[in-house]
Amino acid sequence: MMLIETHDLRKAYGDLVAVQGLNLAVGAGEVFGFLGPNGAGKTTTIKMLLGLVHPTSGEAFVLERRPGESQAMARIGFLPEHFRFPPWLTAYNFMDMHGQLYGLNAAERRARIPLLLERVGLGGRSQSRLGEFSKGMQQRVGLAQALLNHPSLVFLDEPTSGLDPLGRYEVREIIRDLRSQGVTVFLNSHYLSEVEVTCDRVGIVKGGRLVRVGTVDELTTGSNRIEIRASGLTEAVLAGLTQWGQVHTAGEPVNGIQRLLLDVSGEDVLPQVASYLLQGGAQIYALAPQRPSLEELFMRVMSEEPA
Amino acid sequence: MNVLKIAGITFMEARWRKVAWAIILLGLAFLLVFTVGFYFMWRDMSRVYDIASVRMLEPVNFFVLAGMYGVSFLSVVLALLVSIDTIAGEITSGTIQTLVTKPLRRWEVVIGKWLGLAVMLSLFIVVMCSSLIGIVWTITRYLPPNPLAGILLIALEGLVVLTLSILGGTRLPALANGVVVFMLYGLAFIAGWIEQIGAMLRNEAAVNTGIVVSLLVPSEAMWKRAAYLMQPPFLSNLGLDATPFGAASTPSPLMVGYAALYVVAALAIAVRLFSRRDL
Repeated sequence: MMLIETHDLRKAYGDLVAVQGLNLAVGAGEVFGFLGPNGAGKTTTIKMLLGLVHPTSGEAFVLERRPGESQAMARIGFLPEHFRFPPWLTAYNFMDMHGQLYGLNAAERRARIPLLLERVGLGGRSQSRLGEFSKGMQQRVGLAQALLNHPSLVFLDEPTSGLDPLGRYEVREIIRDLRSQGVTVFLNSHYLSEVEVTCDRVGIVKGGRLVRVGTVDELTTGSNRIEIRASGLTEAVLAGLTQWGQVHTAGEPVNGIQRLLLDVSGEDVLPQVASYLLQGGAQIYALAPQRPSLEELFMRVMSEEPA
Repeated sequence: MNVLKIAGITFMEARWRKVAWAIILLGLAFLLVFTVGFYFMWRDMSRVYDIASVRMLEPVNFFVLAGMYGVSFLSVVLALLVSIDTIAGEITSGTIQTLVTKPLRRWEVVIGKWLGLAVMLSLFIVVMCSSLIGIVWTITRYLPPNPLAGILLIALEGLVVLTLSILGGTRLPALANGVVVFMLYGLAFIAGWIEQIGAMLRNEAAVNTGIVVSLLVPSEAMWKRAAYLMQPPFLSNLGLDATPFGAASTPSPLMVGYAALYVVAALAIAVRLFSRRDL
C-alpha cells in the first residue's frame, strides 16, 4: 500500500518552477529520504503533500486522501524545517495545545506528553518556557509534537538541524523506532550520511525534478569498480586484467602489496577475477567492490544532471 | 468542535501572553480614574444645583458618554492590537504550519481565532461599559437611555475593526496590516466628523462623503448611533453636534444591519483568502 503518491505534481511561482512533474510513491513502513540542494523543491514538495501549498497542476494523495483532508491529517505528524515556537509557552503547555488540536482527550494527553518529552530528552524540562530553550531543544520538542497522535506517516523536514552529534544520534534512533513500529517516515535532510544509515529508499531532486530514486544499494551500485590488494602481480597478470576493463594503479606497493582499481561490467565478475589472480600466482589480500558513498553519488548527480 | 477548540486556545494564549492581565488591570485603572473624576464633579455640581433638576442631566449624561467614548476608543485599539499578529504574524513566523497541518479545516482556524478574540473583546466592552454605567447609577441614580443597545453597538464597532484586521492578516504582513486597519479606522473617524459638521451646516456633499466612508468602514457610524441612543432627546438640541457625541446626522438602524453584514462578509472573505493562499 502506498501512503504517498504523486502524479506529475508541479508547482510554479510565476516563472519560477519549484517542482516539475514529480512522480513519487512511498510505501507503508518505509523510511524515505528526500535529498537535494537548497532550492531544489524539497520543502515545497513536503508542503504540497501536507496541503500547505496548492499545486499548480498534477495531483497528490497522502494516506489515500487529498493533502490537507482532516481524516488524513489526523494520522500525520509534521516537523517543519524552520519550526518556530510561541516562546511564552512551557513545553508541557505547548504539547498539550497540540494534543488538543489532534483531538486527544485529557487523559491521553496526560499519559502521552511526559513519555514523548522523555523520549526526546526533555523529561526534566516540561515546565520550562520554550523561549528559554536552545535551538536543539526546540527541535526536540518539535519532534515530540509530531509524534503526539501515534502517526502512521511522519514528515520530518531537516529534523537534525541545530542538533549536536548526540542529538542527531537520538533522532536517528527515534526514526529507527518509528520504522520498527511500521510508521512511514518522509525525511528531508542535508546530512547525507544520516540519510544513508536511516533510509530504506532515497529520492534525489534537482531543479524541481526527481532525478534518482531507489534504495541506497541500488543507487550506489553501478559504478562497477573493484579494489584489488595483492602481491606477486606480474606484468602479464596485470595485462590480463584488462580483459574485464581498465586497470588503475593506486599508489606504490607497500610491503610488496599493490593496490589496484579495476573497472568491470558488474559485481558478478568478482569470482572470475579472484580465480584468475590466484591462477596467475598472486596472493590476494583484498578484493572488494568499490561503492561510492551516498555523498559521492549525490555530488556526481548534481554535477551530471542539468539544472 | 474545532472552532471552539481554536477559540479556546486563542483565549488561553491571551492569558499566557499576559494580555488578559494587562487588559484587566488597566481596565480597572480606567474605571478608577473615571469614578474619582465623576465623583468630585458630581459633588461640586450637587452643591450648586438641585440634584433632582433636569439641569443636572446634561453634565451627567455628557460624562457617561465621555466614558463610553473612552471605552469605545480603547476597544478599537484593543481589537487591533490583539489581532494584527494573529494570522499574519503566525504566517510570517511559520507557526501556522504546525496548526493547519493538524486535523482541522482552514476555515475553522480563521473562525476559531476570530471567535476567541471576539469573545474577549466583547467581554471587555460589556464589562467596562456596564461598570461605567453602574458607577454613575450608584453615585447619581441616573441611567442613560438604551444602555443595552448602546453597549451592543460599541461591541459591534469593535468587531468591525477586529474582523477587518483578521481579513488583512490573511494577506498582509502584521505591521502593514496594523497600519492599514488603523488608517481605515482613522478615515472612518474623520469622515464621521465631516458628516456631523456637514449636517450642522446643512452641507449635503459633506454628509454624503461621511456616509460613503461609513459604508467602507462602518465602525465610527456604530459609535455615532450608540451616542445618539444613549442621550435623552432634548440633549440633542443643546449644541453637542460638534463633539464626538454629536447626533446632527444619525446613522439609521439600516446602517447597523449593514455593519453586521459587513462583519459576516469580511469574515467570509478572510476565510476564502486564507484557504486559497500558500503557507
